[in-house]
Amino acid sequence: MTAGVDLGGPQTQAIGSDEDVVRVRQLVRTVAVAVKLSLVDQTKLVTAASELARNTLIYGGGGTAEVTVVEDGRRRGVRIVFADSGPGIVDLGLALTDGYTTGGGLGLGLSGSRRLVDDFDIQTAPGEGTRITITKWSR
Amino acid sequence: MERVPVLKIGDILLVSIQIDMSDQTAVTLQEDLAERIVATGCHGVIIDITALDIVDSFVGRMLSTIASISKVLDAETVVVGMRPAVAITLVELGLSLNGIRTALNVERGMELIAATRDDDLGYDDTPGDVESATAATSP
Amino acid sequence: MALTADGGNRLVELLTGHGERVVQRWTEVVAASLRGRLSLAELRLQVQELHASMINAGGAGLADLQVPAAGELRAVLADLSRSRARQSFTATETAVSIYALKDVLVELAETDGAELSLRDVVDFTGLVDRMGLLTFETYVQTREGLIADQAEQLLELSTPVVKIWDGVVAVPLVGTLDSARAQVVMERLLQTLVDTGSPYAIIDITGVPAVDTQVAQHILKTVVAARLMGADCIISGIRPQIAQTIVALGIEFGDIATKASLADALRHVLRLTGVEASRRHPRREA
Repeated sequence: MTAGVDLGGPQTQAIGSDEDVVRVRQLVRTVAVAVKLSLVDQTKLVTAASELARNTLIYGGGGTAEVTVVEDGRRRGVRIVFADSGPGIVDLGLALTDGYTTGGGLGLGLSGSRRLVDDFDIQTAPGEGTRITITKWSR
Repeated sequence: MERVPVLKIGDILLVSIQIDMSDQTAVTLQEDLAERIVATGCHGVIIDITALDIVDSFVGRMLSTIASISKVLDAETVVVGMRPAVAITLVELGLSLNGIRTALNVERGMELIAATRDDDLGYDDTPGDVESATAATSP
Repeated sequence: MALTADGGNRLVELLTGHGERVVQRWTEVVAASLRGRLSLAELRLQVQELHASMINAGGAGLADLQVPAAGELRAVLADLSRSRARQSFTATETAVSIYALKDVLVELAETDGAELSLRDVVDFTGLVDRMGLLTFETYVQTREGLIADQAEQLLELSTPVVKIWDGVVAVPLVGTLDSARAQVVMERLLQTLVDTGSPYAIIDITGVPAVDTQVAQHILKTVVAARLMGADCIISGIRPQIAQTIVALGIEFGDIATKASLADALRHVLRLTGVEASRRHPRREA
């Protein structure tokens, strides 16, 4: 039913450098436009993706972002999975608190991007890497 | 790596960010600006972000840092042209851009800098001034 | 008992063989049900199109309306129900245009001596029922689309953003503010600030009957977003009950300017710009 734009399957972008974070933003923007998210929702999703891609790079030591178009019958959305095999997060509750940071940033990456998307799921354990899944639905 | 050009117009340095900056580009811009403020002796910096379709916490922090650095170097920084979708996203993200002055467009930004400099230089407001200024600024 | 391809073929023969009579009677039956709200000529064209597309679908197409052979028939049925829905005919009036074919077929069997077994009649009416259901679905979809469009137009109409002075825009909010509408207001206001280059916005909530936490949050976020863009918002027309709610809910309006009326807010802004104008006096050359 996705006549016109071929959204294909999941698209994966490796995150290993600064420039890759930019590429993740551009990939997410393209898919968000194709799914017809509103301008504000596009902006929120791309911003969240930028925060999380940077986290993957800085705290996870690099990893991947996988962008997929999802459908739940009534509406379509964009799902992004950020995965790294870094040290993981020890205290998740603390990491999700506004203003908490171990990396010298503003501490808004995790907590802030959670507010920008509709679904936010995080799986992590010390020594086992981190896997964050976010979804934004069209209205 | 791409570089963001810094233009000198009269007493003001104008930075118009036209590209999707990598974090490194942002840091370089911050350093370039500090050097140019000292080298030119300019007292105002206008950062035009009309073309930016997102501002994440990293760029937000860069803007705050530039504002603080320029303050130390006796220059006023104004960020102009933020898009509505970007502003809405920043509010949701929880980024308040404390200490940054903003204006709708470059023209308003220049007025703001001029007004601040006048204040700093201690010009007093006399009724006659109101008259002539209103005439001068109305279109 | 579903119609088979053979049965479909027999129906096609019947429709072809008695072509003119079928179209004639079908048109008459539909015309009677619509009581002159569509002209006979127009109805006849629609019926002719239906008739032709049924024949084109062939036996296999009529046996299963989902196959490609029935594509034209499905499109004609959808077109018909869309136009009926737009012209405000009821769902029944729309479906009757299809069900009329049953009467015509029975008449054919009774008066014109068409060879129809009981099984054929049951199968044919089953097909007509399925065609009717198709029109019903399209009808509902079209109406839902119309309702959604109107809701959107209403939203646009109910949130005008107007320029009331050089550099000052106002949004008079009227009616209940839900989250969706508050969001539309927010985006339109901010966009208008950019488009008009206005550094001041007045949000007048005189016409808003109640404010809950969510709506107050939306207004607050709008004000903060406007500040990030370099514009100031003033909230006017806060009624006593709303002021009490705001305080009772513990919502902090912080340093946001609030004024009793739109006029007070405008006066406030003009005073601000007046002061600014005097400061903006270009005397640096002195």
